Amino acid sequence: MPTIHLDNLIKRYGDLQVLHGVDLQMEDNEFTVLVGPSGCGKSTTLRMIAGLEDVSEGEIYVDGKPVSHLEPKDRDLAMVFQDYALYPHMNVAQNISFALRLAKRPKAEIDKKVREVADMVGLTEFQARKPGALSGGQRQRVAMARALAKDSSMFLFDEPLSNLDAKLRGQMRAELALMSQRVQKNMIYVTHDQIEAMTLADRIVVMHGGYIQQQGTPKELFQKPVNKFVAGFLGMPPMNFLEGDIEDTGAGTFIKGDGFALRLQGERAATAKAHKNKQVTLGIRPSDLNFDADASAEDALSLDVMVSEYVGAQSVLLCRCGPAKVMVEVNSETPVALGQTLTFAVNPNGVHLFDRQTEAAL
Amino acid sequence: MNRSMANRFTPYMFMAPAAVIMAIALLYPLGYMVWGSFRDWNPSQTIGEAEFVGLKNYITLWNDPNFRESLGVTLRFAFFVVTFEMIIGVGLALLLDREIRGMSVLRTMFILPMMIAPVVVGLMWRYMYHPTVGTFNRFLDSWGLPKVDWLGQYALGSVIIADIWQWTPFIFILSLAALQSLPRSALEAARIDGATGWQQIIHIKLPLMMPVLIVTGLLRLIDAFKVLEVILVMTEGGPGLSTEILALRISRTATEFRELGVAAAMSNYLLMLLLLLTVAMFAFTRWQESRAARIRAAVEEDA
Ligand SMILES: Nc1ncnc2c1ncn2[C@@H]1O[C@H](COP(=O)(O)OP(=O)(O)O)[C@@H](O)[C@H]1O
Ligand SMILES: [Mg+2]
Repeated sequence: MPTIHLDNLIKRYGDLQVLHGVDLQMEDNEFTVLVGPSGCGKSTTLRMIAGLEDVSEGEIYVDGKPVSHLEPKDRDLAMVFQDYALYPHMNVAQNISFALRLAKRPKAEIDKKVREVADMVGLTEFQARKPGALSGGQRQRVAMARALAKDSSMFLFDEPLSNLDAKLRGQMRAELALMSQRVQKNMIYVTHDQIEAMTLADRIVVMHGGYIQQQGTPKELFQKPVNKFVAGFLGMPPMNFLEGDIEDTGAGTFIKGDGFALRLQGERAATAKAHKNKQVTLGIRPSDLNFDADASAEDALSLDVMVSEYVGAQSVLLCRCGPAKVMVEVNSETPVALGQTLTFAVNPNGVHLFDRQTEAAL
Repeated sequence: MNRSMANRFTPYMFMAPAAVIMAIALLYPLGYMVWGSFRDWNPSQTIGEAEFVGLKNYITLWNDPNFRESLGVTLRFAFFVVTFEMIIGVGLALLLDREIRGMSVLRTMFILPMMIAPVVVGLMWRYMYHPTVGTFNRFLDSWGLPKVDWLGQYALGSVIIADIWQWTPFIFILSLAALQSLPRSALEAARIDGATGWQQIIHIKLPLMMPVLIVTGLLRLIDAFKVLEVILVMTEGGPGLSTEILALRISRTATEFRELGVAAAMSNYLLMLLLLLTVAMFAFTRWQESRAARIRAAVEEDA
């Protein structure tokens, strides 16, 4: 399966530039997820790879060969659309076999392939139905089967699950992960849902405002976000941000803000020392805040509980720390009263520091 | 009267004025025509004075070679006109369904002919077809080609061309609207699946447009059977009977031959033909709706 290389890809609609130079390298059999908020240019990037949009500047290389002048049909790829894009007048079997019929493959081969992929996605009994007579989940499967039947080396997905209800989405996500292991192809998957991105991706590419913010494995991005945007985008509940100043005193390196004074440790203390007196934003994930009444004040945050959201075994508490709002997770058995002030120990390795002006990680 | 009964009757009360106007304006003349078609009726008589002759008018007509010729002309005219208009109209729509600069101006220009009054269209074309000073023959002449006897030897063809010019835009705008409401992503999927431009048209666009095209074609067919003004102005049905479509023959029978009963019977033949087409059109849309409803029911059953 090919390697795909996007080289400084730029897209303009008239005078409006929506992609500002996207550089990306995708290896063999890699599951790449483009993720970002709505309107950040994910679909545009994907559609340029597919050949459905012209490239304004830059080039797309597949196995080292430029392809941006090729028609979609000559790029050896299959695509699953957000609205499924099924052919309404064809039944399931005809939808699945359309590409093969156009390619004039022998009938026996087509029939075999249709049976095989219909079986794979669980549509065997529905082959004679038209899309109008299928439920959303079934249509989604037809779209998947149609892409699979083509045997292309690249699979493109544009938010394929976002029209499904939450339960079905979870189920399809798992099936998709299973399928991607089985078929071993290059997959490029676009979504605005960070959970889909984290669970499916070998490589995540976070986009924002027409720029790539960061790319890497889900773990890299989660643990070492390069800026405040990536940090806040990945993870649920999202990372908490507190504004503060770095102060280096005899007692250690501190970050001080309204309502907290946190001592930094190890590597982070060293980093902070290098940016003495700088205005920074402190980032801490809810999972790095542990309820601990005995923690010392300089290793902990004191939070006033405002709202408690019960979500089963865990509860999410929305708290106040000075002017800022902070979310934490606690075991639902923990006795919590609204208005109470609780102490949460900060995991020293879960402390992220960002330049307040540039929002880049320090 | 209790409340629920009042509720039930209210809609009919509101509909009553419309129903009365319909009855007077539509059903009365229609009934008059049917009634008159059974009589040997001269314009100087009132309908009461005319002699009742039963089905004689209908039988006479059926055996009248001139009527058959006229019916034949009408059928040929309608067939060729609708066939060519569909092909050209749909073809143009397929060609012009794209986003390039100036396209909206072009589209507007294409639908201009439809907005011109038929009498004017007739006059315009009669002038252009004129054997000596007409645009076409002058053009042929300037290229050293022999002149063509447009409204003589090729009268039916010439009349058909004028009608195509006037009514292709009707098919064009409806096809264009149908095209632009097609699901974009399905067409993109087809491109990825390997369909060339032609294959997209044949396998995706035309099948999806078909319901609209069928209704459009039937509407045009109904209209083509009723055409009168343009031909009246251009040829008055001649030379001979070569362009005498039914509507013209009806008017001539009534005014020239002074046979109101026969004219009425002829109108009824035409009416039956049109009724048949209208019923076909409604049957088609009903069939489509019921099919859509069946599919919806099937989906709900599954869910
Ligand atoms: N055909 C178009 N004309 C003008 N602007 C467009 C067009 N398509 C997309 N855009 C703009 O490009 C940006 C990126 O769009 P898109 O790639 O669809 O975002 P998303 O990340 O939600 O998929 C958006 O701001 C959108 O408004
Ligand atoms: Mg999108």
